[in-house]
Amino acid sequence: METLETATRFAAALLLAPLLPGIVNRVKALFAGRKGRPTLQLYYDLAKLARKVPVYSRTTTWVFKAGPAAGLAAAVCALGVLPFGGRPGPLAFEGDFLFIIGLLAFSRFMTVLAALDTGSAFEGMGASREAQFAVFSEPAFFLSLAALSRVTGEFSLAGMFLSLTPDSWRAAAPVLALVTAALFIVMLAENCRVPADDPDTHLELTMIHEVMALDHGGPELAYILYGASLKLWLFAALIAAAVLPRHSGSWLYDGAFFLAAMGGIAAAVGIAESAMARLRMLKVPYMLMGGLIFAALALLFQTGR
Amino acid sequence: MVFFALSILVLASSAFLALASGGLAARARIIGAGGALLGSALGLVSVLKVLFMTGAEAYAGWPAFSVPLGRLALSIDPLAAFFLLPVYLLTAFAAVYGAEYLGAGGGRRTGAAWCCFNLLTASMALVFASANAVLFMLAWEAMAVSSFLLVVYDHHKEQVRRAARIYLVAGGAGALALLLLFSLLGASSGTLDFAAFARPEGGAAAAAFLAALLGFGLKAGVVPLHVWLPEAHPAAPSHVSAVMSGVMIKTGVYGLVRTLGWLAPWDGWWGPALLLAGLASGLVGVIFALAQHDLKRLLAYSSVENIGIILMGLGLGVTASASGSTAVAGLCFGGALLHALNHSLFKGLLFMGAGAVMHATGTGELEALGGLAKRMPRASLYFLAGAAAISGLPPFNGFISEFLIFLGSFGALRGPEAPALWSVAVLLALAAIGGLAGACFARAYGSVFLGEPRSSRCHSAHDCGAPMLAGLALPAAACLFIGLFPSAAAGPAAAAVSSAFGAEPGAAFLSAAELPLAYVSAGALALVLLLALAAALRVFLLRGKVPAAGPTWDCGYAAPTARMQYGASSFAQPLTDFFRPLLRTAGRHAPPDGYFPRGSEFHTEAGAVFYNNFYAPAALMLRRAAYRFSWLQHGRLQFYILYIIGALLALLLWKL
Repeated sequence: METLETATRFAAALLLAPLLPGIVNRVKALFAGRKGRPTLQLYYDLAKLARKVPVYSRTTTWVFKAGPAAGLAAAVCALGVLPFGGRPGPLAFEGDFLFIIGLLAFSRFMTVLAALDTGSAFEGMGASREAQFAVFSEPAFFLSLAALSRVTGEFSLAGMFLSLTPDSWRAAAPVLALVTAALFIVMLAENCRVPADDPDTHLELTMIHEVMALDHGGPELAYILYGASLKLWLFAALIAAAVLPRHSGSWLYDGAFFLAAMGGIAAAVGIAESAMARLRMLKVPYMLMGGLIFAALALLFQTGR
Repeated sequence: MVFFALSILVLASSAFLALASGGLAARARIIGAGGALLGSALGLVSVLKVLFMTGAEAYAGWPAFSVPLGRLALSIDPLAAFFLLPVYLLTAFAAVYGAEYLGAGGGRRTGAAWCCFNLLTASMALVFASANAVLFMLAWEAMAVSSFLLVVYDHHKEQVRRAARIYLVAGGAGALALLLLFSLLGASSGTLDFAAFARPEGGAAAAAFLAALLGFGLKAGVVPLHVWLPEAHPAAPSHVSAVMSGVMIKTGVYGLVRTLGWLAPWDGWWGPALLLAGLASGLVGVIFALAQHDLKRLLAYSSVENIGIILMGLGLGVTASASGSTAVAGLCFGGALLHALNHSLFKGLLFMGAGAVMHATGTGELEALGGLAKRMPRASLYFLAGAAAISGLPPFNGFISEFLIFLGSFGALRGPEAPALWSVAVLLALAAIGGLAGACFARAYGSVFLGEPRSSRCHSAHDCGAPMLAGLALPAAACLFIGLFPSAAAGPAAAAVSSAFGAEPGAAFLSAAELPLAYVSAGALALVLLLALAAALRVFLLRGKVPAAGPTWDCGYAAPTARMQYGASSFAQPLTDFFRPLLRTAGRHAPPDGYFPRGSEFHTEAGAVFYNNFYAPAALMLRRAAYRFSWLQHGRLQFYILYIIGALLALLLWKL
């Protein structure tokens, strides 16, 4: 029964993840007064791309095809570690968040290589920026998790989030608020949302993540889009678990509450995107530094408490 | 122990036979490489016996070689065996690889090179196995001399001669510091046998620690003592660079670990000192690696970075065990030692991969390479494994050791305040190093193997022969194996920790790491499975369809050329700009001018900042000061003899 429940939660995450970008786009359309894309657009896109025949550049090698597959495999593997609605993932263990960070780094490494494989100046540009931002966002991510680990005294994501209760917010509100802010900044940067990157931009020169996928098409592009939605799910789930700690006995209630929180976070991303323009490329590291400083402050407060 | 003695014997005798084979390259190759292989195989037997059969620790005293203050004895405890393991593994891989690499030396006499290579291995093995300071220093100096001779292999190049000179000076300075260390320890314990070393009283212990940090730090390449490393390692032939960067610098780490064992209990500031040295090495190493234009220099700087990671682990372990957190200390020590082993494997692989690239194209200049993945498919695959491993990515071994150190620092975070604050520094530095190393090796792999060739040198490149490929494939397989089944390496690492720091941290390491490592192993296997599934799904989706081939989409530009690609410098530029105050990159830039620009130029050079700004001026001052004493050195033999007699008399009088 336990195995079945875990499998259900895992499958639900895999199935529902493409809904998040849809919600973000609905919110953005609402703000702009447009009709907007259907909420399920990404599902249609994935189905269409899976049937298409790709065009490969003559410059590319197998690395170009391996990049999207690696990104998707790493994201699915990371979801296996992630808690869902207050329940541990199938692969939860002491230090599991380190494994998630390793998986994200692996996926980034392969994506960057796939971009460099095309020999395109634009893709190289995107790859260079991606590698640069990672240098700032990774420490911020680490420190936020370190602060959470220090607040809860736990080593695993599931442990951390299970021992977070509304009471921990009462006791350590500044720390948790700073951690949440840092995680939100890292989420925006890692998932290439405004203000770090604009997923809807139309000029190659200003793209970061999209430009790395310029030459990908067909199943590879589907892998990239699906992997990106899984990554958004992952970060949103981390924030949901940190901001809204609530555990009741019933997993149906917890799951529904968790899904509502996920929708809320996607809406917050949409509001952030509608309310502000993207930063100049040179300013993005400063934003990430801001996240890093939030996380460091959280950790210092907690260590001094 | 018999096997160990035999392996030394085989290595030494094959060394001299190879030398005697004179100009016959083919014979030198068979004797040299064959001797190295056989010697490594014999040595591996003794090492594996110690690591996997409990109670196999063996002492082989040689009373015939009794010296003042002790006897020249050998001993292989688990710590020595743990460091000997990569010596023998990498020697075997490098020998197979070198058989082809040196064989193509273009009519060079390779007998001397093989002689030095086998002597280097033998002396490294003796460094790890000696149980006496005199024997240790003898082996240490033999190692320095044989590696020096290998560094000057391409002595017709001025740059190589310069690198070798710097290397020689650094080796000498390090040996002086070690003599001080052993004098202090010998004076306090009355013997030079390692087993009987005792902690000196009071300030002498701190002096001994500093001497060890200086002497062993010089060999390990700790910032700011690393200046010789990026000069000497790239100058040597690639399989020698692999052994030097992979194993030889670990003698410094080994020495530090041993010294910590002798000097226990530790002073409060030693842990932070080690940790800060590691922090500086890690960050400086990776930032400079990112700015390099030459593949082998990049790899050499990345060795500095990895030594930094190892020292951070050791330093945090020392800090934590001072505050009584044994589990944290065990994790940090175990992670650091395992990282030493892992680094041997992937750095050896990467240096040999760089050698394959230079073998095929004649250059290691990143801006002149590109597109080699098509021309050297197998070598590029192995290099990719090494690049992923050194960037600390699952499912490779680099992730495992960094994971353990991370786990240790998260553990320290929960504990008392002092180690907790240090662990924040370690966390921050390790995370930044991880991001930077990923960028550095994505850049290296991308500009060498991916895209279009940036110069005509790459057009005729092709995969190397079976021996060199085997020399690459074996360490790549080892990296993947440890990444997938880390528990196999945890046992030996725990044994090494026990023999270095006592049974408690060793046992604590094993119990704290066992379960997480099992899960990481499951996760890594799941990742591999998912990769296979994603690939299979792609094949399924594309069944019966023929993908079209076309040019790369370059924003609609119809005639892209290879020179329009993003190069290694452009890829790193956002980060190198960020670290400009440290890197002090020098450059010329003549931008296009006017409506019909005739030409433009852009040139940057990543200088050796520490050498140029500190060591070169210091050396100049030293030389000026020494010049005042030049009247002592006038070339008259009779006065030199008088000096010697005078010195001897003074010694005699002092002893009376």
